[in-house]
Amino acid sequence: MATQPATESDFSLDAAAAVAEREGGKQLEGMGPWQLAWRRLKRNRVAMASLAVFFVLVGCCLAAPLYADHIAGRGPTATNATGTIQIDGKKTFVVTPDGTPIGPGLHKQYLLGADPLGRDVMVRLLYGGRNSLFVGFMAAIITAVLAVGLGLAAGYFRGWGDRVITNLFDILWSFPVLLFAIALGTALAIGGLQIGPVNLQGDSLWIPIVIIGVVYVPYFGRPIRGQVLSLREKEFVDAAVAQGMRAPRIMFGEILPNLSSTILVFGTLIIANNILLEAALSFLGAGIQPPEPSWGGLISDGVNQIYTAPHLSLVPGVAIVIAVLSLNVFGDGLRDALDPRAKVRLR
Amino acid sequence: MLRFTVRRLINMVFVLWAVSVLTFLIFMVMPGGGDEQAALRIAGRNANEQQVQTVKREWGLDDPFYVQYADMMKKVFTGDLISYVNQVNVREEIVRGIPRTASLVIGAGIIWLFFGVVFGVLSAVYAGRFTDRALNVLALIGISLPVFWVGLVLLYYLTDRIALFPPGGYTELGEDPVDWAYHLILPWFALSILFIGFYSRVLRSNVLDISNEDYVRTARSKGLSERRVLIRHTLRNALIPIVTLFGLDFGAALGGGAILTESVFGLQGVGQYASDSIGRLDLPPIMGVVLFGAFFIVLLNAIVDILYAFLDPRIRLQ
Amino acid sequence: MSTTEPAAPASRPTDETLLTVEDLEVAFATEDGLVEAVDGVSFELKAGEVLAIVGESGSGKSVTAMTLMGLTRSPNARFSGTAHYEGTELIGASEDELRRVRGAEIAMVFQDPMTSLNPVHKIGDQIIEQIQEHEAMPDQQARERTIELLERVGIPRARDRIDSYPFEFSGGMRQRVMIALALSCDPSILIADEPTTALDVTIQAQILQRVRDLREETGAAVILVTHDLGVVADIADRIAVMYAGRIIEEGTLDQIFYDPQHPYTWGLLGSITRVDRPRPERLPAIRGLPPSLADRPQGCHFRPRCPHEFAKCPEVPPLESRVEGAPGHRDRCWLSVEEKRERREVRPGEIGLPDKEEEAPAA
Repeated sequence: MATQPATESDFSLDAAAAVAEREGGKQLEGMGPWQLAWRRLKRNRVAMASLAVFFVLVGCCLAAPLYADHIAGRGPTATNATGTIQIDGKKTFVVTPDGTPIGPGLHKQYLLGADPLGRDVMVRLLYGGRNSLFVGFMAAIITAVLAVGLGLAAGYFRGWGDRVITNLFDILWSFPVLLFAIALGTALAIGGLQIGPVNLQGDSLWIPIVIIGVVYVPYFGRPIRGQVLSLREKEFVDAAVAQGMRAPRIMFGEILPNLSSTILVFGTLIIANNILLEAALSFLGAGIQPPEPSWGGLISDGVNQIYTAPHLSLVPGVAIVIAVLSLNVFGDGLRDALDPRAKVRLR
Repeated sequence: MLRFTVRRLINMVFVLWAVSVLTFLIFMVMPGGGDEQAALRIAGRNANEQQVQTVKREWGLDDPFYVQYADMMKKVFTGDLISYVNQVNVREEIVRGIPRTASLVIGAGIIWLFFGVVFGVLSAVYAGRFTDRALNVLALIGISLPVFWVGLVLLYYLTDRIALFPPGGYTELGEDPVDWAYHLILPWFALSILFIGFYSRVLRSNVLDISNEDYVRTARSKGLSERRVLIRHTLRNALIPIVTLFGLDFGAALGGGAILTESVFGLQGVGQYASDSIGRLDLPPIMGVVLFGAFFIVLLNAIVDILYAFLDPRIRLQ
Repeated sequence: MSTTEPAAPASRPTDETLLTVEDLEVAFATEDGLVEAVDGVSFELKAGEVLAIVGESGSGKSVTAMTLMGLTRSPNARFSGTAHYEGTELIGASEDELRRVRGAEIAMVFQDPMTSLNPVHKIGDQIIEQIQEHEAMPDQQARERTIELLERVGIPRARDRIDSYPFEFSGGMRQRVMIALALSCDPSILIADEPTTALDVTIQAQILQRVRDLREETGAAVILVTHDLGVVADIADRIAVMYAGRIIEEGTLDQIFYDPQHPYTWGLLGSITRVDRPRPERLPAIRGLPPSLADRPQGCHFRPRCPHEFAKCPEVPPLESRVEGAPGHRDRCWLSVEEKRERREVRPGEIGLPDKEEEAPAA
């Protein structure tokens, strides 16, 4: 058996183990890969801050009803086209007679301005965020479940099942993601989905969830299948088979845990991409259907007033960017922490 | 090489067929609800009873599904696909929009490929230093921006607040090349920014990985200059996967980013046609665009795979 | 005589010292502290001799070899010490200086032939590239020289195979291509980093034979880095044994094999399987594991595993010659030469380390 020459990364892991021994003062074997990864992640302050930002954003959106009730004083669909509020002591129209709504400012009502119907943009932003984030997250779960399930089955069993699944992936993959989602979105928006026991209305939130969930399955499923293929050849699988373990137990008990880091990293990325995709779909009208607010929908509502009331379209975009960017930065940090062959590690 | 090409083209035909079946399933079969629902969908939201009946007849919705499929494909190939909402022939509309969409996507593609590669290589060469960190931050922001929102931001700040660029619209290339480009600069930027970010990260990762490969070490041990090692050894290998990636992304831009960018900037290309139809939930044009887009992408992927085999002898000679 | 052959090298005087390494230290700054891979290594290499650097994984032998060529490029690497080659100082030299030396004067053969060649270029092109980098030679001539090199290392049908890609060769063949590549500019030093570790035992023998033959023909000096003493016995003139970043014993082949001075060396030799002896009940092995690189024992690094440890060991033993009349045979063990000779004969005719419980080492 060939012995590997020591490389820099070997030193890094040995060093970590050595430090662990020193710190603990006991005969530690060295830290397991998960503890090492967690330690590295915690040290990455940018990534942790990013995660915090994301959680704060989610928290704010979840607190939408609280905000609406206690601060803004109106819900996301409450119109107020002819009303007035006090700004700097002056009584101002919420929407001027020629249709221009007020912009963002430091007032409790209409913190981020109003739309032409007099609705509170901040409130709609938070409620829209709830919808958009919910869709993004649930869709990611669907993608993960389907991709891991199919990828595991294809990679482990091989044979004709694998061929069918791979071809399915290839065909789905030929549809660019947005186009595919649009096709599904528009087809389902009119009449809803009626397959067997499943009966969804055209404007149900679950339709974009299912669509976005399905659309990314090949993107996630192929790498999973690839990893399963190589994991399958490792000795611990042979050992499990020799022990008489049956296929499902091997797949879920032995192989799946080894996929965890891929799933984690990809999962974060998928949620970020889902938010962007949902925004694009809703912008076009093939995603979350009105009157439910969504970030993409808000942007599309404001397109016609882009020059007179730019805040309508620009503000929701900022929310999207914050959500996606924080996830991406955290995802980077997660990938760095989980990578056992971490190369250049500078002090 | 020839055998590989032939095999790939055969595979392509199969996938095209599968794509058409899938499109059929998505629009006609899957949502369920039977013929009545299908007719309603195709005729559009505001269709009256007479239009619905016309649709039922012309689309053979009372027939078994394989006949329906044959009918649909016949309509598509003979250019007989009509939008019932505004009585317009879908194929004509698509053909009219092609040069505009092509201008947008090809231009953006060249831009993002160039800048993505340059930034990626710079990041890799200066890995860990300021240039790398700065470029990485920019890249991260780039991949987090929604394309259509970027377009709107650009429109507001650069065509209204400061009237640096025209606020959308399209000039034919033949008419006035300078004006043509002038109108496309903002759309090109909006469409490519996401890909520039993505490519520079992918390339940085590839180049760094390959720099650690044994054969790059061998190349250095031969006494070659760093530049030669970089170009003839590292990049020669690192750029190969980019070929496939570019094929995929070009397809994604065509079938996705273009739709969004065109509608924001009012370029009246195939993408905008699709986006307008989506807003109206007008099915026939969407079907047409989806098929057109998917077909084009399958073709593109086949070309890309063949190109890849040309570049990597391991694929070609096995 | 073919015009593509290099100038006749065979008449190099063999006591000219080509390379002098003094106090070489290589450390890596990691997030968990400074990790020392090479901890004060010094040796000399004379023209035409084969020096084997032997040690376990993590002993620092590969890093030493790579550093001589300037191939240790991690941004968190810290170097100190010197390595003089024919007037050029290799440690800390500029890239330009190193490039002049690489390939033309000092060439390297790496461990894994499967990944050491660029997969998208033909093997002939890769050799021609090196030749043309260092010598102004027209394409056709370089091609002829390459074909000849491939024939010399034993590639059949070299004229055809020069246009093949690496994946069309087996591991053993690829390693021969690597050797041809290394010798293409007639270097004075060939560094071979575990050249046979990734190969079958039978191929191993063939490759070593080639290296030996080529050494005869070209007169180049060879630094052979390996963990395999069997390989060493075949081909080395001198041996340096490394442990935990230091050279702990150094001498000629005979000196090391027949009069080893350091307990670690005894362990290495004792753990060789022998076909000419009755099978022992248990193959003697060295207890314990090499120390973690960031946290080495004070003084002699081998202390925790050495059954003969005594009071003086916490003081770093200098690399000195302690054997009478053998100035070139140096080691790092405080025990006297008599004590060493006594302790290492555990059973008649066999060298090995006793179990730690069995005896009581007295200082």
